[in-house]
Amino acid sequence: MSDSATMETIARLVPPGSRVLDLGCGDGAMLAYLKEARRCTGYGIEIDDANVLACAQRGVNVIQLNLDEGLSLFDDATFDVVLQIDTLQHLRNAEVMLRETVRVGRIGVLAFPNFAHWPNRLSVLRGRMPVTRRLPYQWYDTPNIRVGTHADLALLAQRSNLRVLDSFGIEGGKTIRFAPNLRAGTSVYTLSR
Amino acid sequence: MHFAAVLPLQSGAQIRDYALSFETYGRLNADRSNAVLICHALNASHHVAGVYAGQEKSEGWWDNMIGPGKPLDTDHFFVIGVNNLGSCFGSTGPMHINPDTGRVYGADFPVVTVEDWVNAQARLLDALGIQTLAAVMGGSLGGMQALSWTLQYPQRVRHAVVVASAPNLTAENIAFNEVARRAIVTDPDFHGGHFYEHGVIPKRGLRIARMIGHITYLSDDVMNEKFGRQLRSALGQETAATSVGAYLFSTQEVEFQIESYLRHQGDKFAEYFDANTYLLITRALDYFDPARDHGGDLGLALASATSKFLLVSFTTDWRFAPKRSREIVKALLDNRRDVSYAEIDAPHGHDAFLLDDPRYLKLVRSYFDGVLKEVAA
Repeated sequence: MSDSATMETIARLVPPGSRVLDLGCGDGAMLAYLKEARRCTGYGIEIDDANVLACAQRGVNVIQLNLDEGLSLFDDATFDVVLQIDTLQHLRNAEVMLRETVRVGRIGVLAFPNFAHWPNRLSVLRGRMPVTRRLPYQWYDTPNIRVGTHADLALLAQRSNLRVLDSFGIEGGKTIRFAPNLRAGTSVYTLSR
Repeated sequence: MHFAAVLPLQSGAQIRDYALSFETYGRLNADRSNAVLICHALNASHHVAGVYAGQEKSEGWWDNMIGPGKPLDTDHFFVIGVNNLGSCFGSTGPMHINPDTGRVYGADFPVVTVEDWVNAQARLLDALGIQTLAAVMGGSLGGMQALSWTLQYPQRVRHAVVVASAPNLTAENIAFNEVARRAIVTDPDFHGGHFYEHGVIPKRGLRIARMIGHITYLSDDVMNEKFGRQLRSALGQETAATSVGAYLFSTQEVEFQIESYLRHQGDKFAEYFDANTYLLITRALDYFDPARDHGGDLGLALASATSKFLLVSFTTDWRFAPKRSREIVKALLDNRRDVSYAEIDAPHGHDAFLLDDPRYLKLVRSYFDGVLKEVAA
């Protein structure tokens, strides 16, 4: 999800000047953008060596950490916003991390590939796991340990007693508010305790 | 460089008429903003990089890290290496004359702390006309000095690079130091620390101190890979994995390759390192504990630090384990400081901080690229 339209759409959910924690920050592009365009400060968490290096090259604060070990480094409500952009699908303890996200941050912003996007549904109807631009991996060779849908996350949020402040989809860089579970490749949620 | 003025020490003692050996690399820029201080650990010196003309094997101890085109690039930065007080590579230490008595210090050399070293280093910078460091950098005990710089002189440090270090030593870590010290002190040649006047050196103690130190600087895996159960008698005949030479059935002879290696390291060390220095430096390690004055709260202790930080640890380092670095990271996060932290998955234990791991070296390079941008701006 590196296209700039999508990144900007998600960045708009982050109030200017926010203190941000980006869980699974990748190469630090989002943090660098938030720093530059929205005067944000903060840190990225990343496990991958190459990404940690990329963050250092961008001048983004990065902490190398396995998110499956939790967020004990961070006290309650120490961030305005905690981002989980395309991270959820890689975590073993997604439910715990969801609660951790809103413990450490006043709001949590989640984005992940929506498995219920209609091309995925078509593919499964044909009896095959989807391979798309958004989910570009073969089923037997994917870093994603789970897939979920826009609708699924609403239920998980409810189950975890989290407040959904906003939710929508993104497709082709555009915000999708009508039937996002069907029409959007990316699902976005803004959550709080 | 000679310092006539008295340096008050943390213990309440003081030291006067002392000298600090130092080397510099690269050029100080016009606004004196590109200086980087390198702090050494237990057995290193001010000679951090480069070679001495006409001397083979005289590479500085961090030559893979520092130099022209290296991660800390001396084409851009003015790098200062300094030998600490009490050490044995040129700066005033236990083997020098105490101006108060006219006799060699020996065991009477005052106990120095990390904080004392940093104060002495600050005076050296004063003398060199450097008000602010672009960065201070060190590994292990050197990392403790770098951290201490940010607490003692926060306004004089823009960046701190703290590698394979800890906010204090654990009991186990102090225990290792104590074994090493006891080995030295109980050597009959130690003479209560005044062995110089007896014309002897407590080499047996130094050797054992070095052997135990060396064990703790390596990882189990790397030791097994390097030596395994290989016998010295079978050296060169087989690989470590298939070594099946005959046992000597001796309790005193060097049987296993690892024994040979440790003895060799011990012998080498005892030739050049001072016994009193070993005691002093391990004690400085033990005493370092910036949280101590803050009820053990490292977060409070680090509240005065204003510099930006890069911390690096190595996964197989059990002497200065990653979780100790994370404590520093957490304290900095609690204080909302700029900090980056990398945990390098290297097999080499504590020694990894001196070795060539491309992830580590590239990361430090990138960090200093960022420092340079700030300096140039």
